[in-house]
Amino acid sequence: MAGSTFASRSYRDAAIILRTQNLGEADRIITALTSANGLVRAVAKGVRRTSSKFGATVEPFMVADIQFVHGRSLDIVTQATSKNTYGPPIVADYDKYMAASTMAETAERLMDVESDPAFGGAQFRLLHGGYSALARGVHPADVVLNSYLLRALSSAGWAVTWTACVACGKPGAHTGFHPAASGPVCTDCRPPGTRTLDPATVELLHALQHGHWEQTRAFRSDIRHEATNVVISYAQHHLERRLTSLGL
Amino acid sequence: MYEGAVQDLIDELGRLPGIGPKSAQRVAFHILEADGEDMKRLADAITTVKEKVKFCAICFNVSEENTCRICQDSRRDPSLLCVVEESKDVMAIERTRSFRGKYHVLGGSINPIAGIGPDQLHIRELLSRLSDDTITEVIVATDPNLEGEATATYLYRMLGSIGIKLTRLASGLPVGGDLEYADDVTLGRAFEGRTVMS
Ligand SMILES: [Zn+2]
Repeated sequence: MAGSTFASRSYRDAAIILRTQNLGEADRIITALTSANGLVRAVAKGVRRTSSKFGATVEPFMVADIQFVHGRSLDIVTQATSKNTYGPPIVADYDKYMAASTMAETAERLMDVESDPAFGGAQFRLLHGGYSALARGVHPADVVLNSYLLRALSSAGWAVTWTACVACGKPGAHTGFHPAASGPVCTDCRPPGTRTLDPATVELLHALQHGHWEQTRAFRSDIRHEATNVVISYAQHHLERRLTSLGL
Repeated sequence: MYEGAVQDLIDELGRLPGIGPKSAQRVAFHILEADGEDMKRLADAITTVKEKVKFCAICFNVSEENTCRICQDSRRDPSLLCVVEESKDVMAIERTRSFRGKYHVLGGSINPIAGIGPDQLHIRELLSRLSDDTITEVIVATDPNLEGEATATYLYRMLGSIGIKLTRLASGLPVGGDLEYADDVTLGRAFEGRTVMS
């Protein structure tokens, strides 16, 4: 093709690997969330051979600087340099691995719905922060996962208001919750199927959504458990299909 | 779209792992143009393998009988058990001739996004094989990739408390390469897994 040079067909971006699938004898298709190019699905050739130079760099939960070349259906990875090796500390703890998988699945689902580059950039930063927190082990895996899900859904337009009734606007920490409503409701506004939460759960959910980490430490495990159930039912409702990783 | 039989063949081939629509079409046309006898042998091989070959009732390796050759072999050390993801990993380890114990094939690795958790693998069967004290060491030989590591982490969590020696295959520098070309993860693992020389 006249005028088509390698430089014009290639681009470089920071990427978080969300998942990989085997292709043919030794290749993999990687699904990556990039900082400026949204969701990219690309072929990484030969990475399953033990002699591969960047096989470990394009594994799930890794952050890498990747050079891609536009291909006909899928792009192709031509170079990858590791930036943050979050993978090994995450897989060394099974709870972290499950949380990171659900986070990757959510990010991919959100990006499939909304392809705006600015949205992709925000999702990239959010997921990067979440994986960094998991890898460093600064907070328990469920706290990182729930905070990530609430913030990712907020940036997609499904922010929850935890400090007033979403139906009538009456201020206060209300305890009626229905996943279809974008926040708790007061006793007068409860739609059918509303469940009643512990007031502490509502407080914890507010802290998780706003990244008030210090506050999240004060809650009992049964409150954390209830918060997890609320976040998951809310996420499943808005993502429409069930998250596969949560069904196990 | 092609007519009936040809399209059916393309569709079936396209469901095989690693074969996209284009490869499926290429293989289908190869089959159409190839010698009839050769293709009949291929079809017979597929039929035979589906009729005769099953999975070993003990270790889940492929086998033509109810239990496989390795499980039946009394010369193999019953105290050593090597856990792998797939039957083809058994073949790879057998080629080295450096392992004389027995195997357990999990049938894959834990991959939550693909819907594969511990219950989808032969982990329960592994636990029941460990319930008497014949096996004293379990060697975890899952793939040295992320899902393989996560599966090893899960096995460690399940088996760590039952008092069996658990070992993991060493990861490190590929033989015949230059140190400077190793990626961070591989080099890091090689450091962690260093061995005493004297
Ligand atoms: Zn067997």
